[in-house]
This record gives sequence, structure tokens and C-alpha cells, in this order.
Amino acid sequence: MLGAARQKMLGQSLQRIRPMEKVFRSYSSAAKQMTVREALNSALDEEMSADPKVFLMGEEVGEYQGAYKISKGLLDKYGPERVLDTPITEAGFTGIGVGAAYYGLRPVIEFMTFNFAMQAIDHIINSAAKSNYMSAGQMTVPIVFRGPNGAAAGVGAQHSQCYAAWYGSCPGLKVLSPYSSEDARGLLKAAIRDPDPVVFLENELIYGESFPVSSEALDSSFCLPIGKAKIEREGKDVTITAFSKMVGFSLKAAEILEKEGISAEVINLRSIRPLDRSTINASVRKTNRLVTVEEGFPQHGVGAEICATVVEDSFGYLDAPVERIAGADVPMPYAANLERMAVPQVEDIVRAAKRACYRYVSTAAAA
Amino acid sequence: MATAFSAAKFGTQFFPVGTRSHENPLFGHLKTPACSFLGSTRRLRFSSASKLNQINSHRRSVVVAVSDVVKEKKSKSTSNLFLLLFIPAHSIQLITKEEGLELYEDMILGRAFEDMCAQMYYRGKMFGFVHLYNGQEAVSTGFIKLLKKEDSVVSTYRDHVHALSKGVPARAVMSELFGKTTGCCRGQGGSMHMFSKEHNLLGGFAFIGEGIPVATGAAFTSKYRREVLKEADCDHVTLAFFGDGTCNNGQFFECLNMAALWKLPIVFVVENNLWAIGMSHLRATSDPQIYKKGPAFGMPGIHVNGMDVLKVRAVAQTAIARARSGEGPTLVECETYRFRGHSLADPDELRDPAEKAHYAARDPITALKKYLIENNLATEVELKAIDKKIEEVVEDAVEFADESPHPTRSQLLENVFADPKGFGIGPDGRYRCEDPKFTEGTAQV
Repeated sequence: MLGAARQKMLGQSLQRIRPMEKVFRSYSSAAKQMTVREALNSALDEEMSADPKVFLMGEEVGEYQGAYKISKGLLDKYGPERVLDTPITEAGFTGIGVGAAYYGLRPVIEFMTFNFAMQAIDHIINSAAKSNYMSAGQMTVPIVFRGPNGAAAGVGAQHSQCYAAWYGSCPGLKVLSPYSSEDARGLLKAAIRDPDPVVFLENELIYGESFPVSSEALDSSFCLPIGKAKIEREGKDVTITAFSKMVGFSLKAAEILEKEGISAEVINLRSIRPLDRSTINASVRKTNRLVTVEEGFPQHGVGAEICATVVEDSFGYLDAPVERIAGADVPMPYAANLERMAVPQVEDIVRAAKRACYRYVSTAAAA
Repeated sequence: MATAFSAAKFGTQFFPVGTRSHENPLFGHLKTPACSFLGSTRRLRFSSASKLNQINSHRRSVVVAVSDVVKEKKSKSTSNLFLLLFIPAHSIQLITKEEGLELYEDMILGRAFEDMCAQMYYRGKMFGFVHLYNGQEAVSTGFIKLLKKEDSVVSTYRDHVHALSKGVPARAVMSELFGKTTGCCRGQGGSMHMFSKEHNLLGGFAFIGEGIPVATGAAFTSKYRREVLKEADCDHVTLAFFGDGTCNNGQFFECLNMAALWKLPIVFVVENNLWAIGMSHLRATSDPQIYKKGPAFGMPGIHVNGMDVLKVRAVAQTAIARARSGEGPTLVECETYRFRGHSLADPDELRDPAEKAHYAARDPITALKKYLIENNLATEVELKAIDKKIEEVVEDAVEFADESPHPTRSQLLENVFADPKGFGIGPDGRYRCEDPKFTEGTAQV
């Protein structure tokens, strides 16, 4: 939990956001604050009330109010037939969701973390993603698979992997990864209404973080386009792409770089698949330098794909090699200091941006 | 004993839809007691030494449905067999003439189609993995011919005959196998992925066990539509077909649990043909009697002779009626055999020729033919006419498939998504969130 969550939302609001400890919900003149958890809960609530075919299924989503309290209050509101507590059978209930989706129901399958979804990945890929193609359009699968993805704090190797690259490589899936509350609300609503299988990668550590939300975002019809990235902060010297928690780190890095005279443009990818190649390329053509940031393993990661797409489309515009920041190429260690080293930190992003701008001379010893 | 049910009832009149389980003597002892646990396993489990000597290298046959379609076959019923109502078979008409001819025609279609597939494969018109159903027709016909169009069927890679029985035209299936654009999946699915929305055939899955949760989901939808969406007449049943090898897979048990827990309208049909490619069922399974796995999860487990279409049909009627009336799932183990190898690429060297001969003598089509003629339900001439008709249907299917065009190049990238742009982009190509009407709630979405 980040105690001092001071983010600057440039370009949208001129109001200064107060540190989280001092925000009161009823404060009228500032934009409304909402945690990511509340955003997801409200999105689920609104979609379930708008369409009776939407139902939520997963472990502990009902009586326990959700393993991370995302589905709090939904059981009381919609009953046990629409908010289903399942036995611990990922493969089984994911397949049940896919079978229900074949028939036009709109399941939202919650995985306690996406690590557990590996037991169900056969159904996500083989029966959900590929079905529309294999049946030549007869079986559409309007299903959403959601849950926390990536590293949490001190949970060890089997609970900390980021799956964005795995699902992002599979045709037939749409893969989304929100950062702020507005992202979470808009993208989840779009995902539930979308007629194709969507993998919705959240992050446990930002569930409790508060973000300002505009009044448009609070409307029950609000949704964000799938496949479009957001430029969180405009800049002209270096482009930093990130998704999920790394967007927050990148914004902090951008502030530090600002003081050193480097103006960084931060792109919140929002959508891993389809990847918004045009926004990324347009930005690189403007700044001529690129740093990709992700939390997952480096090999075959999201950053590798972004690098390839930029090289393919905007090679002539690059003034420096693409810098790729990713998690360490090891299973996540448990010890707190090792864990800190295995995940990108703000300093790593700052260093990479400086390297891309040729303002950094690397010392012989690795940082 | 206690885990096998005697389906000694025939004809559709005996089990009207809506029979409550405690009124039905067959399922009486599964009456739900006051506690939440469905049925007492102590009563259902029967451990007896006499069971063990039935496990021999061929089959232990705890015959359940008692009828004399194949007169030579004697039922090895032990004294503990739960025989409730034994009706001498001759005094009751099992099926009418029309039903008999329908069953015969369907089985002949399955057999002729599969034989033609083998021919076409060896001529190079069909390619990849092709798994044929010869010998198992009684299971497909016996079950699927009792379904309505809205009921759904989920199958495995051995799905050609399930598709045909469910009503998918032979032409569409053959074109799909040839990879032509007129196939039921426009050539994009292939032998192992037959889908038909119109006929509610939900596939066609290559991974064993993969279809079972999908079938459970379809059954879940049926219940959801009835209870949450309040479509009062939605009583669609789902059949999940799978083999003996699948019964060792985790997903099978997960779905038995959830289907019984939520009382879903599904019938789990095990086509136990004793072999998973070259792995004998007896070498792979700690307890080879698959029907016993049903009561462990709180549903009836029935074993039936899958080479006898009338017995299969009788059991299917009770199981489907049970599901339709909302009483929950049933596990039906059909003892059957595949006359050909696992697939057309399988040399089939491991199976004992004596075993093959034993089952070849119990060919379901021959048995039904014999029954129809001996009970004066049809004449040789009528049956021959059906044979000829089906031969023409299959040849026409081949001709149609031959003449159909290959998919065009542009078809490669089609159908990956139902909506490639995703919901956030409206039909005019602009972002929905940029439409000012959108947040006022006046936009049409």
C-alpha cells in the first residue's frame, strides 16, 4: 500500500490531488475519489443489474465477499444464483463458464489470482479463445476472466507471476490491464459487454489505491474502448510505456526526470491485446526514444513485442536503442530485499530513461 | 449390486416427465434425507468379494437392462441384482416400427459414413487426425435420437456420428472433413471440431475431458434460464459423451461434483470401449468399474451394454427424463467397442484378435436387424431399401464435398473475434465514450 500516493494527472485536471490520508469522500470541490476496488465493484454491480445474463462465478466471491473484497455486497443484492461460490476446481468452473457463454449467458469468472488460472488455461485458450474461429463464427464466447495478476508483497514464486505476455500472444483473446479507477471501471464494463473472451488482469497492490474519477466515469453507461492506450503524461524527450502498477512507477519516474530536464511521455497501455501500436509509434516518432516497462519476465514479454513493433514501423525515427525494463529473470524470491530487486523500481525506470537519452554513464558494477 | 440400477422398464410411457424420485422405485433409495448430503453412500456402496472375481481380462458384466435383443447373451445377474420389475421381453413391444426403422437408419448412416471416411482418407481427400466410430453406433443412436432439437450434445474428437445423429447433414460433415468452405464450420474446424449452433452440437474437443465442463456449463445455462431468467419452459438437457480414458481425468471428477451439487440437467455418457489408443482401461484405472464413480458424488451410476441399442435407449430414457424433470445428473457407462483403431493412423496392433472377434459378433447393427426381422417390425426388403438410401446419401455427400470450393484466402483472418473492434468502439468507427449522448444515457448501444 503506497502511503504517499501523490500523482499528478496532467492534461486533464488542474486541481491538485491531496495526499490520500487527507481525502474525505464528501469533499465537494475536488473530483470524486474512488479506489480501484470500489471501481471494480461498482462496474460489476451496474453490469449485473443492467443485464440479467451476467453472473459472477469464482472461489469465495459470495459469502466471503470476494477474496480481495471486490465482489462485496453482490451476493446480498443478486442472490446465490448469480453470484456463485465454487469448489476449488478452476478447470471445472472455467469450462462451465465457457459452456454457459456458448449459450449466450455472460459469465464473469474470477480467479483468486491468475496463477491459479494456469489450471484452467486449457479452457481459456482452447475452448474460449479458439472457439469462434473453429466454429466459423457459430460459437461466440462473451466471457470475462478476471483476477489479480503479477507480484504482490512477499507471496513467493507461485503466486507472483505476470501473465500479460502469455495471454497477449493468443489470437482470439482480448487482454486488458487497467491502472487507475477510471480504467478499471471503463475497461471492466467494456469487457463484460464485449462479445469475445476477455482476460482482465488486475493488480492486487493497487486495489486499495484511490484515484480521482470524473463524473462521466461515474455514469452507468461509461466504458472505455478496448485496444486504445492512454497518454497519461505528455512529454517530448522519451516515451515510457507501461501497464498496471508500473504506470504509477513510471509517472513517479517522470517527475524525477522532469527535475533533471528530461520530459518523459508516459503511455498507459490499458490493452495488451490488441496492442495500440499506432499510439506507441506516434509517440516514438515524436520523442525518438523508447523505454518499455513491465513487471513480468523479460524473455518474450510485452516489452519485446513493443520493441519489435517500433522497430518494424518506426525504425528510422529511433535515436537510441529501445530500453526494456522487466522483472528479473528468476522465479520471484521471498525475502523482502530480494523481492524488491526482482521487480522494477522507480530508480530502474529513471536509469533506463537516462540511458536512452545518453545522459547516463553506467558504472562497472551493476546497480 | 446396489450401484447398478435395473432399467427393466421399457417404452416411453413408463416414466412420465416429472416423476419424483421417491415415487420411482428405481431411484427410491436416493431419496434425499433431511441432511444436505444427497443419499447415503453407505447404502450405495457395496463391497463384496463376489465382485472381485468378475474383473477378468474381458469384461465383468453386471447386466442391468434386461431384454433379449441378442438371444445368446445371458445376463450374469447375481442374486444381489436390484431387479425390481422383470417383464418378460416378448410380451412387450420395445419399440414401434417407425422407431425401429429410425434407429436402424441412423446406425447405418453412421457406419456407412465412417467407412466412407476411411476410404477418402486413404485416397488423400481427408487428412490430419480422423477418429472413427465403427462399432459404437448404438450409443450415439440410442441416446441422441431421444433428444429435442434444443437439447445439446458435447462430444470428443470421435464426433462425426454424434453430429450425424444430432441432425447435422451428412453433406456438411463431409465437406468439413475435406476442408471445404461449405462444411459445418466452413473448413476451419476439421474432424475434431464439429460445431453446429443450429443443431446445438457444441463440439468436437480435441482434449479429452475438455468437453465435460463445457457440457456442464450448457446444462448450467439451462437451469439458469429457467430459474433466473424465468423462461419457464426451458428444460433443455445436455449430453456429454466421453471415453474410458477420460474417467481418470481431474476435470471429469470436478464436473461430477458440481453437476450433482447444483443438480444440473446433464447426463454423463461414458463410451467405455476399453482402450485409450493403446492403453487398456484395465491397465490405467485403479477401479475399472466406472459407473461406481457416480454414487461417490451423489448421482446414480448405471452400467449398460452399449452394443445393444434398445438397452441403451431404455437407460437413456430414464436418465434424460430424470435430468429434464430437474432431479439432477446421471452417469451412464456404456460397454462398447471400436472396431477400428483409435484413429486412421493407428496400426491397432495391441488389441487381441480374439477380443475383436468377440465384439464383432455383437455388432449393434446386426443385432438390431435381427430383432426387427424376428419381431416382424420390418422385412429384409425394407431394410435393404434403407441401406441403399443411405449409400446414396453418403455418396452424394462425397460428391458435394468434392465439388465444393476451398476456402478463399480472405477467410484465414475471419472469425477470430465476434467483434474485432470491441465494445468501446461503435459501429460508426468512433469511440463510444466520445459521443456526448453516451453518458447522458440517451445513446443507443
